[in-house]
Parts: sequence; structure tokens; C-alpha cells
Amino acid sequence: MIKLLTGNELLTGDVLWWTGAGWSLHLRDAVAVDDPALLARIVAEERVNDPTFIDAEPGNPPVPRTARERIRGVGPSVRPDLARI
Amino acid sequence: MYKYDQYDQALVDARVDEFRDQVARRLAGEITEDQFKPLRLMNGLYLQLHAYMLRVAIPYGTLSSPQLRMLAHISRKYDRDYAHFTTRQNIQYNWIKLEQAPDLMADLASVEMHAIQTSGNCIRNISSDQFAGAAADEVADPRPYAELLRQWSSFHPEFSFLPRKFKIAVTASDTDRAAIQLHDIGLQLVRKDGQLGFRVLVGGGMGRTPMIGHWVREFIPVSQYLTYCEAILRVYNRYGRRDNIYKARIKILVHELGAEEFTRQVEAEFAAMSDLGLDAPQAEVDRIAAQFADPEYDAGAPDTLDRSDPDFAVWVDQNVHAHKHAGYAIATISLKPPRGIPGDASSAQMDLIADLAERYSFGELRVTHSQNLVLAHVRKADLYALWQALAEADLATPNLDLVTDIIACPGLDYCTLANARSIPVAQKIAARFESDLARQRDIGELKIKVSGCINACGHHHAGHIGILGVDRKGEESYQLSLGGSGAEDASLAKILGPGFNKAGVVDAVEKIIERYRSVRSGPDERFLDTYRRLGDAPFKEAVYG
Ligand code: SF4
Repeated sequence: MIKLLTGNELLTGDVLWWTGAGWSLHLRDAVAVDDPALLARIVAEERVNDPTFIDAEPGNPPVPRTARERIRGVGPSVRPDLARI
Repeated sequence: MYKYDQYDQALVDARVDEFRDQVARRLAGEITEDQFKPLRLMNGLYLQLHAYMLRVAIPYGTLSSPQLRMLAHISRKYDRDYAHFTTRQNIQYNWIKLEQAPDLMADLASVEMHAIQTSGNCIRNISSDQFAGAAADEVADPRPYAELLRQWSSFHPEFSFLPRKFKIAVTASDTDRAAIQLHDIGLQLVRKDGQLGFRVLVGGGMGRTPMIGHWVREFIPVSQYLTYCEAILRVYNRYGRRDNIYKARIKILVHELGAEEFTRQVEAEFAAMSDLGLDAPQAEVDRIAAQFADPEYDAGAPDTLDRSDPDFAVWVDQNVHAHKHAGYAIATISLKPPRGIPGDASSAQMDLIADLAERYSFGELRVTHSQNLVLAHVRKADLYALWQALAEADLATPNLDLVTDIIACPGLDYCTLANARSIPVAQKIAARFESDLARQRDIGELKIKVSGCINACGHHHAGHIGILGVDRKGEESYQLSLGGSGAEDASLAKILGPGFNKAGVVDAVEKIIERYRSVRSGPDERFLDTYRRLGDAPFKEAVYG
């Protein structure tokens, strides 16, 4: 199990994933990260809402542990036409 | 329909300007998210799983054609070409960008709409009977009183920070189409000795601790109902629990005090307030009531109907109700088409429905708590043309109150509080039945309601079959309950037994329905009545046996 860093973009509300160098809209770009100092910095910057670490299985893309985060990663399962791939 | 006066419009316009400034300050980094969040929530803007969600109030579920067209325009311009009608008769947009929200709200204000008090611990949008003003069985149109409640509760300074949110529903017939017994306050308009007044019910609700409300007053004249509501809110505001969010709703206060003691306190407060003149002056009541005058019905509208097209006849039987005026009917537009998402409508569908409302129903329509739409005043002679136009847009599904007319909250597909998905479960259940209308009609009235978490936005406690999404170690799971009703025979559904995964719950629902068909006393006995007669044993046996 690895940790990923995710949150929602302030301006758009979009789901974001930490890539090691910045944010991506795509779960496939997410990298393992477990750095409380990074999280503290992002919280302080106030540009990403609800930043948090989540559990995932490593892979390409990584597979979040919970159904909730898996759905966040792709989009509403009932609207595949709107999926983020 | 009610038209804003200068004060209504000024209030809403001022709120748009205020919110524009708040958003600008947030984006400029002048205020933190902790400071901003309560401000955006006061304007109905939530952050959900994938984006911001905006909940727009539709007062007592009534919309004009220009308003619906604006809602369609907003879907197209600011969202992804669709929107979702909710069980509170509101509409939600799922993909709003914060930076565009002020412009969106200005567009809403241009058609006398807003998102104020669609979140937070305040009095929420007033809900009502979708057939109000048209139903053959009502004592009078309840909407003028709902509108007065809207004006009284909007920005009410004393009730802007209640212990918890507060929901009021108003109806005017013995048939309850607005689930009033499951509201914080339920008001039923009645006539006594020639005088109009309300029966008042307090302390109903769903959520974590579902309760049926208690009748606290058999009659309060309409000239005093606002003061009476104010007295109820005062007692709640003072004694409602603020120490525990799960015990903060008025139902818990009524339960803990007992209905009798609660009523005594309300009556004492009412007595102390009754000469303060808090109710609206008669001139204002009359001004509002005049805006809900009957439309100009065609006195010569034929009262007969050509039912020779069998598909049309089925739709009439299922989706059309009696109107108070001869020659007219009430038509419900199902937003539960095969493979559809309950309550969702595309911009194009909204535009079409707005046009049809204009052509056939005096430019006015309603949203139902079952997530369907209603054209309330259609000439019987126009029903066939209406049906044809609806059918072309996939809007003529003849399934009102049948097994495929399922209420589903957004669930884990959209909602940040969800434990499990609601919509796919509704779709999978519907898929078992939607190709066989004869089977659906043989099953008859069956209200399936699905919530993605204990907050019960999908009204699962009031489902003949209720389904609740629960979290089992990060995976979706579902609990089944039977025997609920949100109608005048209100009851709370009872949990049947251990939960299921998604496939399991769909199988279980089908088994329950088939068991019902084999044990009912006859084709006229509804599922709910069979359950009430036999209890849950046959259904437990069907599912777990
Ligand atoms: S019931 Fe729960 S999951 Fe469904 S919309 Fe309400 S809060 Fe969200």
C-alpha cells in the first residue's frame, strides 16, 4: 500500500493528484508520497481544498483503496462520457 | 405564479454582489477557505467529489417556462449540459467553477431565482404538493401560504443560525404528496366552519434518526400561522441541542421533551407573541394570493379523451391525474426513462419542457419530490399532442409510482458524504423491469427509494422498499428496509436483515417483488399493504431463506 496526495482545485473544484513536481488532473500521474511537510505547505498555500493523503495499491494507474477515491479518480461511474482518463 | 416585487429583487441582487466580492477576496487570497466556506454554503455552493455543486432553490417546486429555460441555459453555459432535480424539489448543478459562480447567480437573479438558504442551519426551501392549485382534492391552493413562509423565512435574522437545518412542507389535501409527516414542520391546509387554517405537525424527519412528526395543533387560522411557526422555531432555537450534531434536529427535542410538553411550550410562546402583529397584513396576503389566481381556463374545453392509441392510453392511466377544472388534467413527466439517471435532465430536455409548458400549461410547471416534473393545467384535448412531443424526447415513460420510478440521491457518484453509489443500484433494479411494462403494471404502486448514506436524501426510510448505502471497509454495501411510506399513511421502513453487495441487493429486491406477487391477496393489494398484512417473514424467507 502506498500513499497518494489529492485535493480539489480552488478555482474549479477539479480533483487533483500530486505528481512529485506539481498537480495533475489524472490519477495515472499520481506518485507515492508521504510527506507531512509537503501537506502542511499545501494547506498553508490555500489554493487546493481538502488536501489529504489516501491509501492506494501501486500500479499504473495506482488503485485507490476505497471505492470513494476510485470514483474520485475517474469521475461519476454513471457518466462514462465525462470520465477523466 | 408569484412575481418578485422590488424588495425581493433588491435582496437577491444584493446577495449576488456580496457573493461576487466574497469570491474575489477568496481568489485573491484575502480570506482563507475556513472563512470562505460558510459564505459559499450560505449561497448553496458545496464542494463535492469532483467539482463544486450548486443547489438552486425552486420555491415550493414551482417554475415558470422562462425560469426553466434559464436553468437549461445555465447547464449549458456553466455546467456540462445537464442538471439534477432533487427530492427537495430543487435543482443541482454538478460541475460549477468557483470563478463563474457569481455570474451564474446573476443569471439566476435575472429570472427571480437564487441559491440562498439551500444549505446551512437555517429554514430551507419550502416544499409543497406538486399538484397545488390544480388538484381536484385540495381545499385551497397552498402556494400563497408557502410563498408567505418563503418571505418570512428568507434572511430571518433570528433563524439564520438554528441548531440544525429546518424543513417545512405545506399541503392542502388529505392525500399527502409532499411527505409532510417527515418534515420539521408539516402544514396541512384545512377548512373548519368555513374558515381556512392549518393542521400543524412538528418533529418529523429522516436522516440518522427517522421520526414521524406529531400533530401539535388541529387548527390555527391562516391569519396566525406565521406567528405559530415563529413560536415553534423559537422554542427550537432556544432548546434544540447544539452540543451534538446528531441530536440537533427539532425531532430530537420533541422526542426528548415529549410531544405534549413541547406543545405546551409552543402554545405558551404563541400566547406571549400573538398580539405582536407578526403575521402579514391582510393587504400583503391578498397581494400574494392574487398572483396565484387560477389561469384563464377554457370554459369550453372538452372533458372527453380519445384513448384509441394504446400507448397513449397507458401513459394517461399511469401519469395523468384529475384536475379541479373540467376539461383539464395534470400530466407528470417522468424523469426515470430506461437506463436514465433519476432526476437528471439535459439542457435540451429542459428547453423542450419549458416550451411545452408554455404551449400547453400556461407557462408553468412543477418539480416533484420524486424527481419528476409536472404540467399542472393541460387541456385534455391537448394531452395527445403533449404526449407525442414528450415521447420524441424520451420523456413519456409511463411509469409514475411503478417499480422503475425510483428515487435515488446522487450517492457516491457525486456526493462527498456518500458511502455507496445510489444511481447504479436504481438503474440495475429498473433494468430488471423496464422492458416489461405489463409486469410493472401488474406489480402496481411500488416506491423504491435509494440513499447513498444515512443522511437519507433518497428518502429510503419512506420507501416501500428502502435501500441505504453503507461503507464496509471502504467498499460499497447496501442495507434493505421494507414498509416505509411518505404519504398520508406515513410509516418508517424496517431493516430486513444483513446487507448485500451491489449485485446482491438487486437480486434481493427482485426476489422480494416476486414473493409479493405470489402472496398478495389479489392484484389490487399494493406491495405496502401486503407487507403490512403479513410482516417481513415471507420477504426474509425469500431473500435469506
Ligand atoms: S443521502 Fe448521503 S450520499 Fe445521498 S446525497 Fe444525501 S448526503 Fe449524499
